[in-house]
Amino acid sequence: MHEPPPAGLVFDIQRYSIHDGPGIRTTVFLKGCSLRCTWCHNPEGLSPRPEIRVIEARCDRCGACAPVCPLGLTVGEGAWQLPDGERCLRCGRCADACPTGARTLVGRSVAVDELTATIARDRPFYDESGGGVTFSGGEPLTQAAFLRASLLAAREAAIHTAVDTSGFAARRTVLALAPVTDLFLYDLKTLNPARHRQLTGVPLEPIVANLRALDRAGADVWIRAPLVAGLNDGDADIAALGRLVAGLRHTRRVHLLPYHGLGADKYERLGRAPQRPDLVAPSAEAMARSAARLSGFGLDVHIGG
Amino acid sequence: MNPRIERLREASLAAEPSLSAERAVFMTRFHESHLGKYSPPIMRALAFEQLCREKTIWIGPDDLIVGERGPAPKATPTFPELTCHSLDDLRILHERPKTRYDVSPEVVGAYRDEVIPYWRDRSLRDRIFAMLPAAWHAAYGAGIFTEFLEQRAPGHTVADGKIYAKGMIDFKEDIARARNRLDLLGDPTAPNRLEELRAMEIAADAAIVFAERHAALARAMADQTVDPARRAELVRIAEVCSWVPAHAPRDFHEALQTYWFCHLAVITELNGWDAYSPGHLDQHLETFYRAGMADGTLTRETARELLECLFVKFNNQPAPAKVGVTNAESGTYQDFANINLGGVHRDGSDGVSDVSYLLLEVIEEMQLIQPSTNVQISRKTPEGFLAAACRVIRRGLGFPSVFSTDTVIAEMLRQGKSIEDAREAGTSGCVEAGAFGKEAYILTGYFNLPKILELTLHDGVDPRTGTRIGPATGDPRSFTSWGDLERAWLTQLRHFIDLKIAGNQRIERLYADEMPAPFLSLITDDCIARGVDYNAGGARYNTSYIQGVGIGTLTDSLAAIRRHVFERGALSMDSLLAALDSDFAGVGAVHRLLRDRSPRWGTDDDEADDLMRFAFDAFFDAVDGRPNGRGGRYAIDMLPTTSHIYFGSLTGATPDGRAAGAPLSEGISPSQGMDTRGPTAVLLSAARMDHVRTGGTLLNMKLSPGLVEDELGIEKLGQLIRTYFRLGGHHIQFNVVRGDTLREAQAHPEAHRDLIVRVAGYSDYFCDLSRSLQDEIIARTEHGSMAMPPPNHPFG
Repeated sequence: MHEPPPAGLVFDIQRYSIHDGPGIRTTVFLKGCSLRCTWCHNPEGLSPRPEIRVIEARCDRCGACAPVCPLGLTVGEGAWQLPDGERCLRCGRCADACPTGARTLVGRSVAVDELTATIARDRPFYDESGGGVTFSGGEPLTQAAFLRASLLAAREAAIHTAVDTSGFAARRTVLALAPVTDLFLYDLKTLNPARHRQLTGVPLEPIVANLRALDRAGADVWIRAPLVAGLNDGDADIAALGRLVAGLRHTRRVHLLPYHGLGADKYERLGRAPQRPDLVAPSAEAMARSAARLSGFGLDVHIGG
Repeated sequence: MNPRIERLREASLAAEPSLSAERAVFMTRFHESHLGKYSPPIMRALAFEQLCREKTIWIGPDDLIVGERGPAPKATPTFPELTCHSLDDLRILHERPKTRYDVSPEVVGAYRDEVIPYWRDRSLRDRIFAMLPAAWHAAYGAGIFTEFLEQRAPGHTVADGKIYAKGMIDFKEDIARARNRLDLLGDPTAPNRLEELRAMEIAADAAIVFAERHAALARAMADQTVDPARRAELVRIAEVCSWVPAHAPRDFHEALQTYWFCHLAVITELNGWDAYSPGHLDQHLETFYRAGMADGTLTRETARELLECLFVKFNNQPAPAKVGVTNAESGTYQDFANINLGGVHRDGSDGVSDVSYLLLEVIEEMQLIQPSTNVQISRKTPEGFLAAACRVIRRGLGFPSVFSTDTVIAEMLRQGKSIEDAREAGTSGCVEAGAFGKEAYILTGYFNLPKILELTLHDGVDPRTGTRIGPATGDPRSFTSWGDLERAWLTQLRHFIDLKIAGNQRIERLYADEMPAPFLSLITDDCIARGVDYNAGGARYNTSYIQGVGIGTLTDSLAAIRRHVFERGALSMDSLLAALDSDFAGVGAVHRLLRDRSPRWGTDDDEADDLMRFAFDAFFDAVDGRPNGRGGRYAIDMLPTTSHIYFGSLTGATPDGRAAGAPLSEGISPSQGMDTRGPTAVLLSAARMDHVRTGGTLLNMKLSPGLVEDELGIEKLGQLIRTYFRLGGHHIQFNVVRGDTLREAQAHPEAHRDLIVRVAGYSDYFCDLSRSLQDEIIARTEHGSMAMPPPNHPFG
């Protein structure tokens, strides 16, 4: 049986990523996510479909986008406006026609072969640094078949693979990746079940269960805990995290990632409601305190990626 | 930094560069009195010796290392025998806002009454311009090439270890032996060699005299000094100066003073390019350092203080005052003396020692634009040393710059040097590789590669002036294939390379016959053994370089033409030419097509990178291996200093979408702001150039400070560098400073006088740069792994 090689929806490929696993890496961002985290800075990763992004500051109101839209959705005057999200076909013709780069199509269909060839271009840097490819998102597990095929292709090309995941997926989906993934970067947002649902929109239980399953299966896992001041960095939050990870068989490494506010403009560019304005990063002292507390559980704690 | 060094550093920073007429007046009177009595080498040597006897000398109140080129720090002598500044030049030097030199009425008077009346039309500069043909002047005026030797002497060389093992007295014994070997009865060149050797002998005595005068001054000052500590220092200075450079140095202090006397002698004798350089200073000092630490005469802190005193001395010597095109191509006080750290020894073992680390600390503390510093990273260099260098780079001073020892060695071997001399090689000036102490590797001028394309697109006529300056290679509208354009470009290229080299041959001859450098010859192998001057081919290796500029602009332009005119037919040649000639006025769509929809060098794009190789190979083939006038061969370098700005100002709009008059791409860096795929893509593209077939390439990278803020970032920066070098890269340097900071400094220079940035193979004060160079540095893409396009990582 010969299936066509699967294609995935990719919204960015970032080379020289130095905070997504060991060494110098290329991070591939897959589109689509089941979580709706309050602090999400990749709103373009949420929807499983392509989207039109418009940067108003780059638009010089030339109107080149208007005539090419099959549905006539872009308007001449004030052409920087976003298309109607419901009706837009996401065909990207307006983005192709845009001379200034103000309009871009976020999310491009990429075949595994093409993606692997792109990833392999930085092989000399991976070889030198012990780096490789990291699949992130969005939630890469929402494109499980494409992800698995891409991981296999990378492995065949002898490139170290990492998957940056929320862990929110079916158990067998997660476990199926374990044999083809060298490292999981596993996000834990909060271990308070009620707050988890409130802050991310999904239940905590499957995430913790999947983590334990991966750990039992012998997967290499680095825990990544994004911290927002006052939301999930209290002493009880940190203690709960410490207890959970200390109870795992061989997962010991934890990265504490302070929130940063660099993605706020993205919401407007995608026509989404703006982010909560009250999110702030924990202070350096608070980060250090959390790190010290976690270290007390015998864990290998790092601040930052 | 201890209080003495703080005072010395402050005084050096505060001193205003000025012109001193002392040397000019001396040379004028000497020539008036003695011209015609001696052969050129003896004449030059006697003038140098007399100058060493008479020139005003200076020992500052805090100095431990002594000696200045001029009568005081930053008082810069002139060299009228090479360049006779006109009264207009003096006025411009005094009034220009950037790289200004204070010119007193006394200096103007001396020039008006004595210097100009004698040297006008006698200076080498006047003679060179009078000698060269109209076709050369047309190309020079059009901005196709510059001429390094029109107002400064060749030099471009670096000390090896011999001055630490031999004193001037020993060199004189070498001269005596060489003289005894001469066969006056059988060898018709022997009389000339005899004269050259005699000149070197006089130069050796001159250096001893110069040092003894400092010893005497120090003793006299000691006698009048009440403070016992300072008196002891002055007595020590006197001891040092009465021992070196007559004899080989015996300790760390004497070693540094030896270098400094040699440096001053080289830059007083002639105004050679790139001053003079200590080369592998850490390797040269290692044994003195170890011995001093072992016998208790030296501590790490006293060694540091002496090194810092030496650094101040470098900073006290602004470049000779440049005028005209030379100032445009090299508009800086920086005189490019360069210190190499790390590398390997002659036997191939790792060169890193505790002195290397100490020097890194000195660099970080001193924060001066001179001397330039670099680290040489070989396969054997410990990771700890690379990381220590990266931590200094993180400070954002642009130095040390980083070189691959292994690539440099391969370059030297390709040129036919022995493996030991290749290992002992390093880099000087901006990025130029040479065999230290044994090679005259002379840069002859920058070459504007995109301008050759402009002429190709205009059938040999310079569109800026409407004058035909190149061969007629056909109306490009008649070209039916990409091959037609390639052939026309190659014809134009070879024409102008031939014109440049023909001019060089005549200029080199003039220097060989009339402007010997006996002191530099004394300390460069094998001038004594051969009895031949440095400027006449006496060095063991003699290389002449032409430096290609604008390879990024050229590559992107070729890629745009090939894709849109020849492959896709989206644009006719006629429309392209109309768009270029109108500087894209009214053709925004064409401009955007060319700029945004063309393959780009520096984005890891195979199509663009292949075109870079075509252009590079063509330039290499046109230049490399051709004989020069000193028994050596031509080779290429890829570096610009500031000539990409100057050349850009004379080059019209280019097919890559670059506006008329805008800077060309610099070094082998991608066109400004066009390296949109991140640092790894830049390095992969850059490594597709065959660096081994050059004598140096220059790659600038601007990094966002966030990328190197922690130890993880330092480690990964080191890995980035290691990978580039594993792929064959020659050099990389980093500006770690935010665009915001630079814009703020541009708006409020008064608050940012001390902001140091990397320019092109050297660092300079940002506020001293011309506005266009400032803009250009701001435009270079700042690479952040999470900065652009808008970040996709919510946390980091």
